[in-house]
Amino acid sequence: MGRFAHKDLLGVAQLSVEEINLILDTADSLKEISERDVKKVPTLRGKSIINFFYEPSTRTRTSFEVAAKRLSADTLSLSASSSSMVKGETLIDTARNLQAMNPDLIVLRHSSSGAPHLLARVMEAGVINAGDGINEHPTQALLDIFTIREKKGRIEGLHIAIIGDIAHSRVARSNIIGLTKMGARVTVSGPPTMMPLDVEKMGVRVEYDPRKAVEGKDVVMLLRIQLERQSKLLFPTVREYANFFGINGEVIKRAKEDVIVMHPGPMNRGVEIESEVADGPHSVILDQVANGVAVRMAILYLLIGGAKSDKVD
Amino acid sequence: MTKWIKDGKIVDPVTERVEQLDIIVEGERISKILPCGIFTSDSGEVEVIDAAGKLVVPGFIDMHTHLREPGYEYKETIASGSLAAAAGGFTAIACMPNTDPPNDSRSVTEFIVEQAERANLVRVYPIAAISVGQKGERLTEFGDLKEAGAVGLSDDGRPVVNSELMRRAMEYARFHGLTVISHCEDLYLSEGGVMHEGEVSTKIGLPGIPGASEEIMVYREICLARHTGCPVHIAHVSTAESVALIRRAKEAGLPVTAETAPHYFTLDHRAVMGYDTNAKVNPPLRSEKDVEAVKQGLKDGTIDVIATDHAPHSPLEKEVEFDRASPGMIGLETAFSLTLALVKEGVLTLPEAIKKLSLIPSRILGVTGGSIEEGGRADLTLVDDKAKYVLTENEILSKSKNTPFIGKELCGRAVLTMVGGRVVWQRTR
Repeated sequence: MGRFAHKDLLGVAQLSVEEINLILDTADSLKEISERDVKKVPTLRGKSIINFFYEPSTRTRTSFEVAAKRLSADTLSLSASSSSMVKGETLIDTARNLQAMNPDLIVLRHSSSGAPHLLARVMEAGVINAGDGINEHPTQALLDIFTIREKKGRIEGLHIAIIGDIAHSRVARSNIIGLTKMGARVTVSGPPTMMPLDVEKMGVRVEYDPRKAVEGKDVVMLLRIQLERQSKLLFPTVREYANFFGINGEVIKRAKEDVIVMHPGPMNRGVEIESEVADGPHSVILDQVANGVAVRMAILYLLIGGAKSDKVD
Repeated sequence: MTKWIKDGKIVDPVTERVEQLDIIVEGERISKILPCGIFTSDSGEVEVIDAAGKLVVPGFIDMHTHLREPGYEYKETIASGSLAAAAGGFTAIACMPNTDPPNDSRSVTEFIVEQAERANLVRVYPIAAISVGQKGERLTEFGDLKEAGAVGLSDDGRPVVNSELMRRAMEYARFHGLTVISHCEDLYLSEGGVMHEGEVSTKIGLPGIPGASEEIMVYREICLARHTGCPVHIAHVSTAESVALIRRAKEAGLPVTAETAPHYFTLDHRAVMGYDTNAKVNPPLRSEKDVEAVKQGLKDGTIDVIATDHAPHSPLEKEVEFDRASPGMIGLETAFSLTLALVKEGVLTLPEAIKKLSLIPSRILGVTGGSIEEGGRADLTLVDDKAKYVLTENEILSKSKNTPFIGKELCGRAVLTMVGGRVVWQRTR
């Protein structure tokens, strides 16, 4: 397996196409472990990984936990409510204290964009960004790209629509960066209130109307609508959003016949996605979850599986 | 004792001339300005200040400084800020009222004046709050504040949301001859934003502050100036559209003046990439296009003044997540270098640059200074316009070190600062 010369995984933005392919190929070979009777290999025995989640998360946190355990790493979970954060400790102080315990990796979920970058600057341990504010969620994008490649055999040349709150979605941002790097043609869609300024400069096309955006697409990726954003004047009501931006079976028919439908979860059924789509024949939503474990195993392995001195970040 | 500032190149913003002359200072004042080689010291009671190869300029006047005292002495004090100012070539600074308590009363204004006297370095002119507690509800006692030493009024840091209050402030301030300085920001549009909204905020996933947040309020102040005929000064102009609005207002003869800070003509929003909290300021660093427009505004006179918006913050406010970091950067010690870069770029002539750093702010605030003339007060700065240096944290005299210019090569700095005929600061290396 090739070299992966990073101490941290802070974003898809820092990865080259070769590195993304390396992660995907590694995930490919590790995926089989999860299908064994004994789902465990000793690869990361003696390594310790701290899952540090300032924001609630079920899927990502569990996925990292499972991935680490399957590679025999020791894991420890901290949440904002159990950490000294509630006692007013700064992120840097928390990081220094954690560093003093000499872990190999910190997996950080944080509500502030750039928080993992701050942590990575002061820690010797590697830092994996498990979602920072509205910036990036690189492991989610990598598992999405992995799933697309698995289903479609390639990324380059595919037509992909990403639909929802593009401006406030770290999943969208990581996927836009990753998919365009890999040569996909990405269209973003959603109400203009949820479209970030100058998003075209990230190499995507904008089509506000999702009914038009899905036309002829190989992949339709939906985003979770954060219902609390309603209060920030981004959309009038959930009902109105579902009527104009929700994806149902009729809308999906406009895509290619073999379209796959993705969603990072958790879903708001009846809002951004109708059940007939979520549970329908095009949905690969549960494959995404399964692949999440393999991709995270690959990332853990590539970051701390080799000798430390290889890392030059 | 008589001081003989010898062989310096004098930059006079009033006549816009640069000539090599000698200056004789007696007591607080300039007694003579004369061609080099004429004056000789006969009595031996003369202190010679060798200014050969240096520029002699009127002491800089910063009309927008945050000194943090009272209340936030761990960031800056009136003494430490005064020293930083002197080292930056400033002989006078006007300090904004967003302290704790805010400067909205005679007692706070008097305290600032007294602390400045104790520091005994540069002249410190308090800017008092427009509204009580900077809450935007009731006017402060402008007359009493003026008598206590305030030279201007602003709710800087907290924009005046209520347009009626702003109108009345401008009208009432005219009676007392005080300048109203407006921090232009529509808080609804900027809420939650931490950097300029544009290509970079989209790329790095930080909530944006649209240029419109500033422009709407700039236009409001222009409308109020037109309606009332009262002057208003626009603080820290950062966008192209603000420059255009102010240009049109001036063409229409309205009493509107404006300032910008060196970071708005030096850096653009790309400086935030990497989540450098030292590049987080309010208003935010804008696009390349805005930076160009600000330069153009300086060049054609739309922007009258270069002010620092020196905003000290400690690591407590800066070594944190980007969205939690307080906005602001220090600027007193780098303002001249960054302004000189505009001269080298051909945006401003040297006299124009010096004028925006001294004469025009003195006129807007109604304080003396900004000129070099016989009989005038000897507030003078010697600058070495050829000194190249790499800014290091160690040499910063401000209590706070929050500047993105650390490690950058800069050119031109003050070597000696004289306030009222007294050398208050001299560079030793």
